[in-house]
Formats: sequence, structure tokens, C-alpha cells
Amino acid sequence: MPEDCIYIARSSAIAARALAGEMMVMNSADSTFFTLNEVATAIFQAADGHTPLREIVRDRICEQFDVDSEQAQADAEQFVAELSSHGILLVSNQPLAPEAPR
Amino acid sequence: MAAPRKVACVEIGGIPIALSTCDEGFLDLLRQRYDGFLSSSRPEFELEFDLTSTGPVSDDDVRVRREGDEWLIERGDFHARWDPRTGRGSVRQNANPYSLDSVLRILHSLILAERGGFLLHAASAICDGRAYLFSGVSGAGKTTMTRLAPADITLLTDEISYLRPGADGYAAFGTPFAGELAKAGENCTAPVSALFFLEKGPENRVDELSSAEAVRRLMRNILFFAEDQGLVEKLLATACDFVGRVPIRRLTFYPDARVWEQIRNFQGVPEHA
Repeated sequence: MPEDCIYIARSSAIAARALAGEMMVMNSADSTFFTLNEVATAIFQAADGHTPLREIVRDRICEQFDVDSEQAQADAEQFVAELSSHGILLVSNQPLAPEAPR
Repeated sequence: MAAPRKVACVEIGGIPIALSTCDEGFLDLLRQRYDGFLSSSRPEFELEFDLTSTGPVSDDDVRVRREGDEWLIERGDFHARWDPRTGRGSVRQNANPYSLDSVLRILHSLILAERGGFLLHAASAICDGRAYLFSGVSGAGKTTMTRLAPADITLLTDEISYLRPGADGYAAFGTPFAGELAKAGENCTAPVSALFFLEKGPENRVDELSSAEAVRRLMRNILFFAEDQGLVEKLLATACDFVGRVPIRRLTFYPDARVWEQIRNFQGVPEHA
């Protein structure tokens, strides 16, 4: 899948909560629990299904966290793949419609 | 003609549940097992038990899911339905007391999740009018802490702590659900003063935990089985609220009676309020 065409959306089967600057995410299907750091939280919050991942990294990560764009993109893809494998994020090469809550 | 049903009302955590059965032997088992938690209060909920042939407790995973308006609670040794709108349910299980405990624990976990409370895999005890919780993985020292408790400590449970929110924070209640100690807790309640995650070590030490670590450890030890998005969201919100209102620490302890002096002298405030 070409990098420019990665779209991400939050699954509707998760519960998320911010506490003391950190985002906690839980998958209601298997109770897996994740704590996201600031960068991961920024990606998670921007996962609206229609903004390409490369645009999220450019506008939300590189600008705010002063990191190298290639490294940031690689880290973001790794993070997205991991959360996707746990059902937290949905990934597609086309824009995603928001999931209806289950 | 069907035999008449006889009822024992069991009140745990201030929530009276009427348990009815046609089987005299099972009724005796109920009364013995929950002696100290029998109540004459008006039941909020009702469960009708019908017994199947005796069999072992199942090692299968429990499944708790919604089917229409009802909760369906299933494991190899029991099958239960409960309608939260009417408060009534039915259970088919063998006469094994461990199956009975499991059904009751699951039902309470569902009721508590809606009310901002939860069951925690933790020992708890009252010391000087305040409740202290001791959680951790198996072998971390929950039963050891209860065994080391001085005579003036009131044991609420050595296995499953029962927590509900109140106006001034959270309250812990005694439960009949026993662990290694094989002894039911006292049927009483006290405001929660602290939650300690236990680790055994060469000396007694209390360390702070980050809010995320506190929530992560809390969620890992909450007893919750339901495959339900709404309840999981509520539970996570409850866990975050608990972390904001109750001091949560890591307690490394050397297993002798001195650790209770550390507990008695603990003056913590929530780190994450």
C-alpha cells in the first residue's frame, strides 16, 4: 500500500480516556489496554478516516514535536500497524467512513 | 406439581439479591456459604436456580454478552440469563458452590459497572476505621498481608474486593468470596484510604505510580467479563475516577508484621487528582 494513501480511523469498539496528559485506550472486545505517549496520542486523535497518515505526520507530528519527517513517518506507520493489529485503529488505502458505535 | 421455591436473600455490597431454589440441599448450601451475608432487606434483584446433574467446575472461559435486553452468562458448568430492566434472572447450574460464587460475582460486576463501582482482584481490610486494598498478581502477597494483620484489623476479603463510589470517595465492602484463606470476609464497610499494588522485597517501601501505570494496573485487576462497548467505556471512566480520588502506590514489603505499621502510618493523597 503506497504510504501516501494510508487512511486511519479509530475503531468504534474501543474506550479511550485522557488522564494527566496521557491517553489510555482499551479494546472492549479483548480487554487489551494501551497507554499512548504524546506523539501517539496526536496520531490517534487525528485518525478521522479521511486525513492521510502522511498529512497527519506532517501537520501534527513534525510541526509540533520537531522530529525528522522520514523517521516520524516510519514510527507512525509502525505505531499504526501495531494498533491496527489489536483492532484499535482501522487502516485503508481509501478514506474510511466513521464506524457506528457498537 | 412443581415443588415450591424457597428463597435466601444475600446482600453483598449493600445490594440484596434473592436467590430461590426448589432444592432443600442447595438452599442449605446457599445459607451456609453466605452466612453473615444473609439479609432481610427487600431484594433489588432475583435469581431463580435450577439444578443440573452434579459435575465439576469448568475450566472454560466465561462468556458474558447481551442477547436482546438480557445478559447471557455462560461457562461449562452454568448457564444464566439476567434482565437488568426487570432485575430478574435464571440460572441452570450444578450444585457446586464455586459455580454459584462465579455467577454471583459476574452479576455483581455487571450491576456495579452501571453504578460506577467494580470488583477488584485484591485483599482488603479495615484499619483504624479506613479500608486498605492490596492487589497484585497471584503470589504477590494478598493472602500474606491478611495473615500478617494484627488482631484489631477487620478482614473484608483476601481475594475479591468490592468497591462502590460514595459522596466522600469510594467505600470497600466485605465479601464472602474467599481465596487461599478459605474464610469469608466480615460483612461491613469503610471508606477507602489507599490501594497498594504488592511486591515482595527485602524491606518495606512505598513508591508512587504514574497515573497511567495506576490505571493500567487497576484495569488489569478489575473483574469484568462482559463483551459490551458501553460498559467497557464506563469501566475505564470509573478506573480513571478512582485513580483521581484514591491514593495508589506500589508497596514492596518484607513479609512480617512490621508492614502493618507502614500501613497504619500511611498518609497519602491521590497523586492524580
